[in-house]
Amino acid sequence: MKRVQILDAAGIGKTLARMAAQIVERSGDEKLTYLIGVQTRGVPLARRLAKLIAAATGVEPPVGALDITLYRDDVGPWRAAHQQPVLRSTDLPERVDNRVVVLVDDVLYTGRTVRAALDTLMDYGRPKAIRLAVLVDRGHRELPIAADFVGRQIPSARSDDVQVRLVECDGEEGVWVEKEVEG
Amino acid sequence: MSRLLIKHARVIDPSQRLDEGLDVLVVDGRIARLAERIEERGAEVIDAAGLMATPGFIDVHTHLREPGFEYKETIASGAAAALAGGFTAVCCMPNTQPVNDSAAVTEFIRKRAEEAGAARVYPIGAISKGQAGEELSEMGEMVRAGAVAVSDDGRPVRHAYLMRRALEYSLLFGIPVVDHCEDPTLVAGGVMHEGAVSTRLGLRGIPAAAEEVVVARDVILAGLTGARLHLAHLSTRQSLEWVRRAKSQGLAVSCEVTPHHLALTDTAVLESSYDTNFKMNPPLRSAEHVAALLEGVLDGTVDCLATDHAPHHADEKALEFDLAPFGVVGLETAVPVTYDLFVRQHKLPLTRFVALWSTNPARLFSLPGGTLKVGSVADMTLLDSEARLPVNPDKFLSKSRNTPFAGRRLRGWPVATILGGKVVWRRERR
Amino acid sequence: MSVAPARRLRGKDLVGIDPLTAPEIQLILDTADEMAKIAERPIKKVPALRGKTVVNLFLEPSTRTRFSFEMAEKRLSADSLSFSSSGTSVEKGETLLDTARNLEAMQPDFIVMRHRYAGSPHWLAKLLKSSVINAGDGAHEHPTQALLDAMTIRRRLGRLEGLTVAIVGDLEHSRVVRSNVLLLQRMGATVRVAGPPSLVPAQMEAMGCEVHHRMEDAIAGADVVMMLRIQLERQGKMNFPTVREYYDFFALTPERLRLAKRGCLVMHPGPMNRGVEIDSRVADGPQSVILEQVTNGVAVRMAVLYLLAGGNGEPTAD
Repeated sequence: MKRVQILDAAGIGKTLARMAAQIVERSGDEKLTYLIGVQTRGVPLARRLAKLIAAATGVEPPVGALDITLYRDDVGPWRAAHQQPVLRSTDLPERVDNRVVVLVDDVLYTGRTVRAALDTLMDYGRPKAIRLAVLVDRGHRELPIAADFVGRQIPSARSDDVQVRLVECDGEEGVWVEKEVEG
Repeated sequence: MSRLLIKHARVIDPSQRLDEGLDVLVVDGRIARLAERIEERGAEVIDAAGLMATPGFIDVHTHLREPGFEYKETIASGAAAALAGGFTAVCCMPNTQPVNDSAAVTEFIRKRAEEAGAARVYPIGAISKGQAGEELSEMGEMVRAGAVAVSDDGRPVRHAYLMRRALEYSLLFGIPVVDHCEDPTLVAGGVMHEGAVSTRLGLRGIPAAAEEVVVARDVILAGLTGARLHLAHLSTRQSLEWVRRAKSQGLAVSCEVTPHHLALTDTAVLESSYDTNFKMNPPLRSAEHVAALLEGVLDGTVDCLATDHAPHHADEKALEFDLAPFGVVGLETAVPVTYDLFVRQHKLPLTRFVALWSTNPARLFSLPGGTLKVGSVADMTLLDSEARLPVNPDKFLSKSRNTPFAGRRLRGWPVATILGGKVVWRRERR
Repeated sequence: MSVAPARRLRGKDLVGIDPLTAPEIQLILDTADEMAKIAERPIKKVPALRGKTVVNLFLEPSTRTRFSFEMAEKRLSADSLSFSSSGTSVEKGETLLDTARNLEAMQPDFIVMRHRYAGSPHWLAKLLKSSVINAGDGAHEHPTQALLDAMTIRRRLGRLEGLTVAIVGDLEHSRVVRSNVLLLQRMGATVRVAGPPSLVPAQMEAMGCEVHHRMEDAIAGADVVMMLRIQLERQGKMNFPTVREYYDFFALTPERLRLAKRGCLVMHPGPMNRGVEIDSRVADGPQSVILEQVTNGVAVRMAVLYLLAGGNGEPTAD
């Protein structure tokens, strides 16, 4: 195994600052912006982005947390026997109708989580638009999904393990890629 | 002249206070000689080295279900199961269809048993016509036809006046009146022992008092009438206290206890999660009562053991606990269950153990057997005290499999039964 | 403090509270809190149990529990069908085992079962591949009721540990009391029960609860008072004399409620006999959480269905 660090804490900070600027730039009316983090690491990322946006515009967008477990496509009738994943909290402080929702997640990979998040969100109301912000895009999409705001493109092999660690969840900060090494 | 010679057996006969290594010679179905070393040319010889030879075991409480419920058991299958359990004779209860309340049914049972040619079967007649608890059945006719006792077992005698008259009338024949002691108004739909376990399981309880109030009544009536009273399958501490009191007053009161009431407690219903093979009447009691029953056997309050062998078809037991019928089979497990419990765990002397299963039942019900005295009928049981086997209901000769002991490994099994000097059953070697 | 939740339920079935551990109970309650949010949404339905089939086998009349299960099943997108004893083969003499085997031949994932005989779901659970959920078995258990009661208490008072809960009424015939005693004690609460001595089952104290005969002794200082339904239709005339006398000694009145802690919750599993075991002023009063119990019932049943839906296989990657 070989573990390579791609971003450190400062790198994550810079990346998020750039993403926040892009979100501000793209939002016509910043009062409509609503950041919703996908559980679990999307939630602290959304909070950090909200602070950065507030610093730039003076308006702090609301932040919600979305659990997509009940909409996952890998635990339904397709799998014979499995343990049901534990539910995490969904907490949307404001309604999503007519808001520009920015879904925030740590890693964009197959796109299946985003599909589940879109479906979940739609059952909460009818947003004006939904955009996608991810800290890392590692490729290998299985669904026709693309991010609007990408912190860092990381070319990876399928067998690689791309790890995002945030102090809020993991007690350490950084992005690493762990590669299987032959021999 | 047929001759059977049993060599090198440990002969245990409570009627002669005998427990020693002896040879036994049987001639024409009767015990001819007991001696340290017998040589008899032309005799069939059984080498019983390492085995115990006892007078044949007698079970005074079975339900053979015929006539009427042949899908559960027949006289032939029940009598065969008896032999395989080490019993040479059984008494059968009258709760058949029709009820054995007449000489005709008594004779029918005797005839069927004879045809079967297995264990001896002694019918017990009903106390009341149709066991309806209203009028006395023809006790004298039944005794003449071969009944050895009367009982309304399965449908307890509610009416104290009827019980009094039955006890009085039995004096004419000197037979015991056997009562299943239960006040149905106190049972009130109960299906297991009333206590902490029934409360936890949400099952209706049968209080110990439902048995005890009738035991008390019966003992008092035995005092009033002077008749022979035998109390069936006692299951509670107070019941035995009443028997002690009766005996201390010199009353002709005896009692039996079943192997399952001694070996199991009501927690079995909890542990098995409502297995209907633990549903019987009286119910398995709490540990406190079971301890009292053990003590009653050890101190001699309990006169004999009996199985209350109650076969039921598997489909009848495959129901909700409340709806399944009461009762378990016992003939093919009773001896190892009690041998293991009393002889191995409680160090009961073997002569006392054999008395509980043979000498005492023979005496209480005035039956042949129960002894190996010279001249007596050569009904014998051979036991292997070391044999350690699991209970396997699939191998039962009984038609039913409703045992609470399935899978239990027990030590001390019958290996052969001898009836009138003939070896009629042998355990297959595995 | 409170127990950490389990990652999963160990069994394939929910036959009672008795087999559950405290962490499993915690997991169900935490999951139910999330499920409750679904009822607040514009679209009160999630696809989690799409393609799963549930048979609601109700062999004893029950409207509210069956509706609550049906609602939970629909909110999770399961396909469900309900089956009540009237007009079915059960009344034609078919055994429960045959009925259940026939249902299972249609390959449902769940059998939710209500039956008047204790232990019947336990028995079927051993014989069937489907997950069996006990919706009440005789006087034995009613696990989802106890779970919804616990959920209601926890949401109102923030915890279960350290609370004193009084349960009053017909203890002998109540499955609600048994499941609640097991659950609340397992989660660290103290349970006191009270009822006429003729309606207290034998050695109830062996379950670990305090047993009182006078209602006042049980509710003094309690955080929660749970009243049980007097099952008028099941009572003989020998357990207590009259409804009038029962009200005199065992009804929850405003005067009696004052003996409990301030802000004490009033609960009832329903359906209520107003003026028998509970006075309307209390049932409809500010301390009553009786309708919240009904709301939470759906969430708890969703949680149980969801958690059992995976079967008992490998852990799912997060």
